[in-house]
Amino acid sequence: MSARNIFARPARLAAIAPYVWMVLFFLVPFGFVLKISLSQTAIAQPPYLPLFDLTSGSAALKAAFAALSLDNFRLLISDSLYISSYLRSVVVAVTSTAILLVIGYPVAYGMARLPQRWQPIAMMLVIVPFWTSFLIRIYAWINILQHDGLLNKVLLALHIVSVPVVWLSTDSAMYLGIVYSYLPFMILPLYATLAKMDGTLIEAASDLGAAPGRAFWLVTFPLSLPGVGAGALLCFIPIVGEFVIPDLLAGSSSMMIGQTLWLEFFTNKDWPVASAAAIALLLLLIPPLLLYDRLQRRTIEGAG
Amino acid sequence: MTEESPDIETPKFVATAEPSTPVSVAEVTVAAAKPQAEPVAEMPLLRIEGVGKKFGSFRAVDRLSLDIRAGEFFALLGPSGCGKTTLLRMLAGFEVPDEGRILLDGQDIALVPPHLRPVNMMFQNYALFPHLTVRDNIAFGLKRAGMARADIATRVAEMVALVKLDGLEKRKPDQLSGGQKQRVALARSLARRPQVLLLDEPLAALDKKLRESTQLELMDLQRRLGMTFIIVTHDQEEAMTMANRIGVMDAGRLEQVATPRELYEAPRSRWVAEFVGDVNLFDGEVTSREHNRLMISTKDAGTLSVAEPRQPVTKPVVSVAIRPEKVKLSRRGPVPDTANSHAINRLEGVVTDVSYLGGLTVYKVKLDSGAVLRSSMANTARLDIDAYAAGQRVVAWFTPDDCVVLEQ
Repeated sequence: MSARNIFARPARLAAIAPYVWMVLFFLVPFGFVLKISLSQTAIAQPPYLPLFDLTSGSAALKAAFAALSLDNFRLLISDSLYISSYLRSVVVAVTSTAILLVIGYPVAYGMARLPQRWQPIAMMLVIVPFWTSFLIRIYAWINILQHDGLLNKVLLALHIVSVPVVWLSTDSAMYLGIVYSYLPFMILPLYATLAKMDGTLIEAASDLGAAPGRAFWLVTFPLSLPGVGAGALLCFIPIVGEFVIPDLLAGSSSMMIGQTLWLEFFTNKDWPVASAAAIALLLLLIPPLLLYDRLQRRTIEGAG
Repeated sequence: MTEESPDIETPKFVATAEPSTPVSVAEVTVAAAKPQAEPVAEMPLLRIEGVGKKFGSFRAVDRLSLDIRAGEFFALLGPSGCGKTTLLRMLAGFEVPDEGRILLDGQDIALVPPHLRPVNMMFQNYALFPHLTVRDNIAFGLKRAGMARADIATRVAEMVALVKLDGLEKRKPDQLSGGQKQRVALARSLARRPQVLLLDEPLAALDKKLRESTQLELMDLQRRLGMTFIIVTHDQEEAMTMANRIGVMDAGRLEQVATPRELYEAPRSRWVAEFVGDVNLFDGEVTSREHNRLMISTKDAGTLSVAEPRQPVTKPVVSVAIRPEKVKLSRRGPVPDTANSHAINRLEGVVTDVSYLGGLTVYKVKLDSGAVLRSSMANTARLDIDAYAAGQRVVAWFTPDDCVVLEQ
């Protein structure tokens, strides 16, 4: 009994660690943001009305609570700029995730079917772009896509086009940048799922009369769904809040929510509205997170 | 060998030795002329002709030929890496042979992909589809065959009853015990009623007790369905218990194809004798021949009198093999008044080791030459009046008929 307790204590401490992390680095900052979102903007440093002044007694605290308002959230709903930013973010994220899946799945599948000794090399090739700064890679794309960039030069030289095409500051350029940047996040979870799949299952399927294509759709694909889910959400969630790629590659006609946030924080200096927008974004992302959680729990129960 | 169930095996040997008279074991079969007539009269269900398979420079299967008749329970037995699984995988279509033909019902299927073969396999790890229920696992092959819905339901119910899985149809594989998984795998591979069922170490994952009962169930099932079973195993006891015929493989070749009894009592080579069961081996030279007996002078056991094999010995240098249970021990040796007594082989020595195994006791006797002879004796009486203790001087004896001469 006592021996078990000795071992139980460090184990319990270790179990607490993630919660401590969550409180320190998520819940506390979240509290700050929430607080700011309920405040009013002001010309001050920081640029919003202070809320809880604990030194000024209970009456002042009550007054502070009374001053809390959901005005910023009302603004988010009433102003079409925010709604359209959210919508655009979701549309871009869904579209990009779909493109990523279509490209990433065959790549991951091919990697998983390579001879064992080639697989680490293939994995390296997927990860290698991370060795270069993300910003530099996006700037490189600007270089390639600009009016007299590499892409247009090649297209002109091959006589595919007669005048340079406008690539930069278009949605195509943005999707290209997003897909390029997030592809490893799609490939790696898919590869992990596909690589550990029991090859005899495919043999069993073909033994039972399934032609190779059928065997893939009836066995490989359904069993890779956890990887599809993980890859899709791993891409979808950060793409919704993506700021740099749309800012550098897309046109300025419509904005994603990340760009709107930036605008509110740094150009308008309206921290409360920006905070409210950030919290709304978080709420927007909770359903897919819950979905992911349920999906994963089901596959854990299913595959035990 | 089987210390616990000699009474179960003995009648089976008698029953199964009759129908199968393979070409290759002329050594023991009485009618020597019969094998020449047989291949013409009956085309085997499965004919493997000079099949070879290399992995890189490693010859996994080396120009192997084998006939398997319809309704047979055939075991491929051998140590790991002997090529038995590669051969099975070529029959299933997962490996393509480099050379040779595989004729099923007269048609060469060597290049036919697995999903088009009328053959099914039960995998060693069962390979059940984890995302499908028991019912859908069993129905998988039937759906692929384009069977009508109602017929699939009927067949699945039939299979579930056959392997006694009633009530578990809606479970997923991870909600089943090892034994239940094994049954689902069996039901799934039988559902399409294959012409040949291939079983790759089907019982390896089960514990000993369950393995023994499952062996009997598999045999019963095979007999009832009249299907041809080919099982791959490294467990000679399992092969001996279940199969009508056994093909012993080593280094990609068949060393011997025979009934379990022939394999044990008349091994064709020293390798087979040592691989199947326990054996005492003495190397020696044939010195003379009298009354159908060969006198073989050995280094370790003096001159042994051995029954002359049906196939004449061509080389003078031979090995004499005696199974431990054929070696009897006594304090003074056999009483010399029976007709054959003059030919009985007697070896004197000292008991060095006694292993009591319940049903039998194994003695190690150090002969005066220094060699060790093993003897196993059934413990037929509860009280061991006749047991020997270590250090005791004994006479070990065996008849000439109990010896097998093996050429080297």
